[in-house]
Amino acid sequence: MKAVVNIYLKEGVLDPQGKAVHHALHSLGFRNTEDVRVGKQIVLNLKGEMDEKEARKEVEDMCEKLLANTVIEDYTIEIVK
Amino acid sequence: MNVSIIRFPGTNCEFDTEYAFKKIGAKTDIVWHKEESLPKNTDLVVLPGGFSYGDYLRSGAIARFSPVMKAVKEFAEKGGYVLGICNGFQILLESHMLPGAMKRNENLHFISKFQYIKVVHNDNKFLSKTKKGEVLNIPIAHAEGNYFVDDEKLKQMHEKGQILLKYCTKEGGYDNPNGSVEAIAGICNENRNVFGLMPHPERACEGILGSEDGIKMIEGFMH
Repeated sequence: MKAVVNIYLKEGVLDPQGKAVHHALHSLGFRNTEDVRVGKQIVLNLKGEMDEKEARKEVEDMCEKLLANTVIEDYTIEIVK
Repeated sequence: MNVSIIRFPGTNCEFDTEYAFKKIGAKTDIVWHKEESLPKNTDLVVLPGGFSYGDYLRSGAIARFSPVMKAVKEFAEKGGYVLGICNGFQILLESHMLPGAMKRNENLHFISKFQYIKVVHNDNKFLSKTKKGEVLNIPIAHAEGNYFVDDEKLKQMHEKGQILLKYCTKEGGYDNPNGSVEAIAGICNENRNVFGLMPHPERACEGILGSEDGIKMIEGFMH
């Protein structure tokens, strides 16, 4: 089982990297982009003994403790079989 | 005064910090992050600058879980003084010993230069040798110094006098090199015994380095 964690700056927290990428896209002629957010993806290979619910709970705990800084970041978890 | 300077893998300002504190007459110990206790008689813990754990994941995010941090937290809870400089400040934020978080600098550059900063509050041990409104010239060197805190927390911090230092021009006017909320450069906790700042006082401790203002900042801990 795999868990895919996506981490982004919260809505309302200005994302300096996203802003720079947005600006660069605009100068390349891509004018249809309204906003860009740059985040990070963490892929975890999990041991097989857990069911999906347990896995999600554990990964959530990992996000709260280490993987995300919830003062400024939001995260999503996707469990892939 | 006995100063314990914590060294994590990737710390690189421990010797500069030691030099600065020895200069003002303090006794210093460099403490490896695997230690589970602080040297006896520690009066001040300094988390110095550098790139603990290569800044992986987020600056300070992994150092926070080093064994010594438990002892540092207990020390602070008992009222002991803790100072985090640059990466040390980032570690204190990640440990929730100070409020807020750091983002990448607004212009995405690693900024390394002398910067003027203004003293907002001096009614605390750290800045007791400076004057309110005094402008100091201290180097900054960081990529993630864009301080963020939400409006509600910011308001509380103002009420409790936790905003200690702001970036400014030579004349004390507005300047903001990295995009920080209200150009904040340094803060403390509610109890005013845990301090964090992005500028490096230890790099401004004698004239030949371009400024001696850093001495004034760290000297407060001596009295």
